Amino acid sequence: MHELALCAAIAATVGDHAGGAAVRAVNVEIGHLRQVVPETLQFCWTLHNEGTPLQGCELVVDHVPAAIRCRGCGDRTVLEEPLLVCGSCDGTDVELTSGEELSVTSIDVDRRAR
Amino acid sequence: MGRFHRHPDGTVHQHDHDDRDRGRRSRDVGDHSGYETGVERVAVLERILGENDRTADANRRDLAAHGVRTINLMSSPGAGKTALLRRTIPALSPEIAVGVLEGDIATSLDADALADVGAAVSLVNTSAGFGGECHLDATMVRSGLGRLPLEALDLLIIENVGNLVCPAEFDVGQDARAMVYAVTEGEEKPLKYPVMFRTADAVVVNKIDLLPHLDVDLSAFHANLRAVNPSAVVFELSARTGEGIDPWLAWLRDLTRR
Repeated sequence: MHELALCAAIAATVGDHAGGAAVRAVNVEIGHLRQVVPETLQFCWTLHNEGTPLQGCELVVDHVPAAIRCRGCGDRTVLEEPLLVCGSCDGTDVELTSGEELSVTSIDVDRRAR
Repeated sequence: MGRFHRHPDGTVHQHDHDDRDRGRRSRDVGDHSGYETGVERVAVLERILGENDRTADANRRDLAAHGVRTINLMSSPGAGKTALLRRTIPALSPEIAVGVLEGDIATSLDADALADVGAAVSLVNTSAGFGGECHLDATMVRSGLGRLPLEALDLLIIENVGNLVCPAEFDVGQDARAMVYAVTEGEEKPLKYPVMFRTADAVVVNKIDLLPHLDVDLSAFHANLRAVNPSAVVFELSARTGEGIDPWLAWLRDLTRR
């Protein structure tokens, strides 16, 4: 539901780093616990960029699984459900090690095309 | 779960990686793009909501400089945020001066409902621009802060847009996040909206006066809440009758004095 706002933020970040070059692709990392629907994000990306220098620019989403580490047994569990419970010992004293990412990692720029 | 790649021609690939360890995950560099030459990858490594978070930090600093503690109050539509505020603000007054920043997609109905209980109210309608935003972000809150007498306030309650998804994603500069859950919503809600329930410091379980008329299993709700958030403080109350309101008021007083 807030994917359009995210696309506006992504586009602003891209603009800060492109140095005026044509941007072919934007690589973003989105954690599984972020409430982002990939299809909606792609749709909003296209919609947001219509008529702007980013029109036609590809959005490549690296979807990062949610994972926890148990402070009790030390094991790591990739979460299929958002339950913070160790998959090995059922412990609940766990720390989230991934799944909350929401970053622009890199952009692919074509410096020949302006 | 996997990695999604969508190309402008509409093709989508999704594939899983056996090794999901973040540190060792390979990156698709160069050959993925399909561009022959001349395309260069530039590292960015910026949080998408970085600008929002910087504005939220500025809000937090400004509020702290005025001695104001701030709560971001969230819930689904109709869970009883405004009713809770109508019960809460007169009970805290006059020892604690409360301001409300009221976020709504449209109308001033909630702000009007709070005007007669002694709070300074600043209304932020989120419908400007691209449709109605379903959440308050730090910039919207910043615009609303300018219309509040911060020097006269002890506690600011930001009544977010009624929505269990998006408001959880945006830091607005609060000291604590509180959410209102109504017993009429069903006991499975923490599992369906884990981000909202997981990030809450306090959960108000509202409308307990309706329990005799419902089949809801509150112990199942508490178990679900603990599964996603073991540490939240929980208050069971009825904003309508005032039953159970005192521990909530004590929590607010404690937060304000801290």
